[in-house]
Amino acid sequence: MSLAAHFDIEYRQCLRPDGVLVGELPAFAKQEGQLLELYQLMSLTRVFDTKAVLLQRTGKLGTYASCLGHEAAHIGVGSALRPQDVFCPMYREYGAQFYRGVRPRDVLMYWGGDERGNDFTGPKHDLPWCVPISTQCLHAAGAAMAFKIRHEARVAMSVCGDGGTSKSDFYGAVNMAGAWKLPLLLVVVNNQYAISVPRRLQSGAETLAQKAIAGGIRGVQVDGNDLLAVRSVADEAVARALAGEGATLIECVTYRLGDHTTADDARRYRDDEEVRKAWEEEPLKRLRAYLYAQQLWDEAREAQWLAESARRIDIEINAYLESTPQPVSAMFDFLYAELPHDVAGQRAQVMAEEQG
Amino acid sequence: MAHVTLIEAVTQALAYEMRRDPSVVVLGEDVGVNGGVFRATVGLQSQFGPERVVDTPLDETTIAGLAVGMAFQGMKPVAEAQFDGFIYPMIDHIVCHAARIRTRTRGRLTCPMVLRAPWGGGIRAPEHHSEAPEALFAHIPGLRVVIPSSPARAYGLLLAAIRDPDPVIFFEPKRIYRQYKEEVPDDGEALPMDVCYVLRDGHDVSLVSYGASIKECLETADALASEGISVEVIDLCTVKPIDIDTILESVRKTGRCVIVHEAARTGGIGAEVAAQLAEYAMFDLRAPVQRVTGYDVPMPLFRLEMKYLPMGARIAAGIRVVMAYK
Repeated sequence: MSLAAHFDIEYRQCLRPDGVLVGELPAFAKQEGQLLELYQLMSLTRVFDTKAVLLQRTGKLGTYASCLGHEAAHIGVGSALRPQDVFCPMYREYGAQFYRGVRPRDVLMYWGGDERGNDFTGPKHDLPWCVPISTQCLHAAGAAMAFKIRHEARVAMSVCGDGGTSKSDFYGAVNMAGAWKLPLLLVVVNNQYAISVPRRLQSGAETLAQKAIAGGIRGVQVDGNDLLAVRSVADEAVARALAGEGATLIECVTYRLGDHTTADDARRYRDDEEVRKAWEEEPLKRLRAYLYAQQLWDEAREAQWLAESARRIDIEINAYLESTPQPVSAMFDFLYAELPHDVAGQRAQVMAEEQG
Repeated sequence: MAHVTLIEAVTQALAYEMRRDPSVVVLGEDVGVNGGVFRATVGLQSQFGPERVVDTPLDETTIAGLAVGMAFQGMKPVAEAQFDGFIYPMIDHIVCHAARIRTRTRGRLTCPMVLRAPWGGGIRAPEHHSEAPEALFAHIPGLRVVIPSSPARAYGLLLAAIRDPDPVIFFEPKRIYRQYKEEVPDDGEALPMDVCYVLRDGHDVSLVSYGASIKECLETADALASEGISVEVIDLCTVKPIDIDTILESVRKTGRCVIVHEAARTGGIGAEVAAQLAEYAMFDLRAPVQRVTGYDVPMPLFRLEMKYLPMGARIAAGIRVVMAYK
């Protein structure tokens, strides 16, 4: 028997968990200040996340999906995009969105039960949070098709989880990406759990990156706790997409250090020892160790930045807490460009009840 | 001026709007080189190229998701579900995204897309090729659902649907795709959605229907005229939102209403019309509202489909029931 085809999946790591650089420093990180900026954003995102969970615990926020442990994956891919590109998140990629100009108060507004959170600052063409799993992958593919049809030098990026790669929408996006050589990045943040279901029950595939192969696109697995590796892989994928070389599936291997959401209790399905080990590999620690070793950062600046982050996030929290709910008419006011007569009647009824 | 069938009117409208608006793209299974299995998109790919008339991979979820994604970025996709019975995998994208992105983002993003599908029974087609799922979509806030019943209305309403800034589900009654030709000027004139079309004036009973059944309704009305029963025939055309005012005006005159549709009865469009008549025209009615519809069974295979569909004899029987009330 001869070989019909042969495939390999590349794995990329630049920083070991102890912060030691493996191989060469990626191009982006050689730019002055770039690494520090991204580290500071990762740190600020974690401060935000901690405070958001506390807000939920004290009844000031609805159910919230934490991003704890995902900072390198999210900011690594998000910072590879330009404002004109389209970002199609799932529902916890705050770091990527902060990079793109979304404000923490927008995130709080959304999880605080107000649609205005989805009308966030930042690129107006970016998609809002997407709770039905992996549908955003096809929306990103559709955006990439639009760019191709209109001859625009833009890329689209979707993010889904390990569980999300089981959905037909994900496979459909991979398939279309290959068939049309779309300028698309399909990012999979493999955090090992789809709520309670572990990665091994999700798929028999050795890697999730290899799901790219069947669709005829490039698939890369990367250490998702390693900002340097994630960003460098994402930079390459953007460059390839813009050069007309098609889509890339990027599997970021990481670990969900928190619960799935504040409505979840991860102790029901995983043991403390596993979580303790995952903390040894978490993304901030290793990048901080690297920055310390390079004398780009130190404990004093770390403490100062944490205090500054807390101050900035508190301003955002206050802005959210001080916001008032929308008028009841807002339920109707964005349903259609022009409200049809039947719903207009219902709106009038509600308004009369409000005033009565 | 051209005389065209309903399906030719669909093609004509698509071609007109693709010429007029470069953001309009057509996508679906076999819509390109083959021109669609019913030939609705025939000739479009040779005119507009494979990037605007897209033969997609064979996955309805993909078609719906791509259309939604393109629409979010300012394109005007006209997606085709090859048959009504294949539309179900698309529902997630239509319900969770197309119908509510404007609401979810407070108007920041919109979804100006059309989902077309050949619709309904009566062509001796295989299983899953003869469905009438309009009530599923009519239940969804944020959607419009349009079902034309003539070549002229197919042309004008499809143009309106494509130009509309919100998502429209456009069902084409395949039983009358090639039933007759009528004069349809290719002038780019859209017809208004959200309104009923009164096709025949009458004063004894209001016969409300849509889609292919309109033909049997008009024939039944003609037949009963010889018995001295005067039937007003109203084509809903847009089944969401329903133009209840036109129906109310008619029922205030006739005092009787019969509603006809192919789809199963429970929770159907007829139920909505009947409920609104109960709310707004209770004391104008001389007779209980009659529904002449498909039964609450899966669409049977074609040996029995004409027993399932509400054809002339059943429509006439429904009218006789309400006419028994003086």
